[in-house]
Amino acid sequence: MSTPSDLKYTKSHEWIRIEGDAVTVGITWFAQDSMGDVVHVELPEVGDSVDAGAAVVEIESVKAVSDVYSPVGGTIVEVNETLEDSPETVNSEPYGEGWLFKVKVGPTISLHELMGSGEYAEHCG
Amino acid sequence: MSLRRTPFFECHQAASGRLIDFGGWELPVQYTGIIEEHKQVRSSVGLFDVSHMGEVFLRGPSALKAVRHLVTNNVDIPNGHAQYTAMCNHEGGIVDDLIVYRLADDEVLICVNAANRDKDYNWIKDNNPCDDVEVVNESDDWAQIAIQGRNAATILDTLTDQDLSAVASFGVVRGTVAGVEGCIMARTGYTGEDGFEVFIPAENAAAVWPAILDAGASFGIQPIGLGARDTLRLEAKLMLYGNDINDDTSPLEAGLGWVTKFDKEDFIGKSALEAQKEAGLTRRLVCLVVEKRIARPHCPIMVDGEVVGEVTSGTKAPTVEANIALGYVPRRFARPGNRVQIDIRGRIAEAEVVKPPFYKRPY
Repeated sequence: MSTPSDLKYTKSHEWIRIEGDAVTVGITWFAQDSMGDVVHVELPEVGDSVDAGAAVVEIESVKAVSDVYSPVGGTIVEVNETLEDSPETVNSEPYGEGWLFKVKVGPTISLHELMGSGEYAEHCG
Repeated sequence: MSLRRTPFFECHQAASGRLIDFGGWELPVQYTGIIEEHKQVRSSVGLFDVSHMGEVFLRGPSALKAVRHLVTNNVDIPNGHAQYTAMCNHEGGIVDDLIVYRLADDEVLICVNAANRDKDYNWIKDNNPCDDVEVVNESDDWAQIAIQGRNAATILDTLTDQDLSAVASFGVVRGTVAGVEGCIMARTGYTGEDGFEVFIPAENAAAVWPAILDAGASFGIQPIGLGARDTLRLEAKLMLYGNDINDDTSPLEAGLGWVTKFDKEDFIGKSALEAQKEAGLTRRLVCLVVEKRIARPHCPIMVDGEVVGEVTSGTKAPTVEANIALGYVPRRFARPGNRVQIDIRGRIAEAEVVKPPFYKRPY
């Protein structure tokens, strides 16, 4: 299992990378491994406003569908459109090319619910 | 309650199978990945642990007569042959779908679904019409593997004293497999491919799994989990009891009229099914190809904004490369080419009724 140390993590197995006032969101290696082969990713629209904790992405694996929650509130500024043609990238590169969406956050971003890599690795057991 | 394990449990662990609770059994849902395992079976061969399935034997002079009373098909087969059938309740609902194996004039094996082991055994015992027939639940005494794919027979043939080239589809033969005596080999399966299902006396079964993997190494044989078992069976439009059929669906509604023989003597459910046929079916189980999204069990099926039915199974199909589903719709919407809509978690997806099955093997 891999958990890059430069990312923050949620209990529901999303990761976020903070870059200025935008954060990139994806799912962790643990999450994609539990889902199995990803075959479809239903992304939000650019311009959608989202609340922290809202389900914004649906990931379909062969067996089941899973929600991905936005760890932060704000406005969707970019989605990973390459996943339409190659959803399996979520499995192969969950922390890289398999990212899901970017959110522009408001001035008062709250990160107290997020975990560092060590804490997240413990959370996964 | 602790989970039950099959004689091959340690093999699954050693192969890093992802083990899940499958109806009380600790079984692998996948090893390397559902899509890869699925394609492996379609292109060559794969090995499944299906020891959770149940084995009920009917023994005695009137064994065949008893089975004919219990199931919808005619069981008009010689010794050493098997037949797929439904077993109905008095209302014509399906108690289970199963394969009956005519082993001898006085011995019939019925292989039942794992979740129905006790239900079926009790039903068969309680409805056995023949005093000279003993019903025995040997589910705990037998392990079962399925070796499936175009190279399955070639591989199994190297491990048995029987000549499998002489065993036709749905043929059954008893013999030794990998040194284990008393196995029952049947040319049947749940994948849409050629292959065998092998019943193995449980106490000696463990050695058979690695022996088959060794014998099949040159064909790239791999163990296959329950995830691919489900996508394989769905492409072939094989029923999953509890999803596609249950105590409240009839074989006629489910498209199992071909195993429902009204021209034989009386059987349980016959009069109810005749009445249903006479009155006209209200719904049919249809094959659906869904645009863009994957329908899952219980998704509502709609026509003109009205809910008309429900999805019973659905997945992304690795070989036919489409989002496929089964579901019940009123008979007037059941014709291939008809368009319906499916409510998938609040979003509407277009779907088309297609001719069954989704996949037919090319050899």
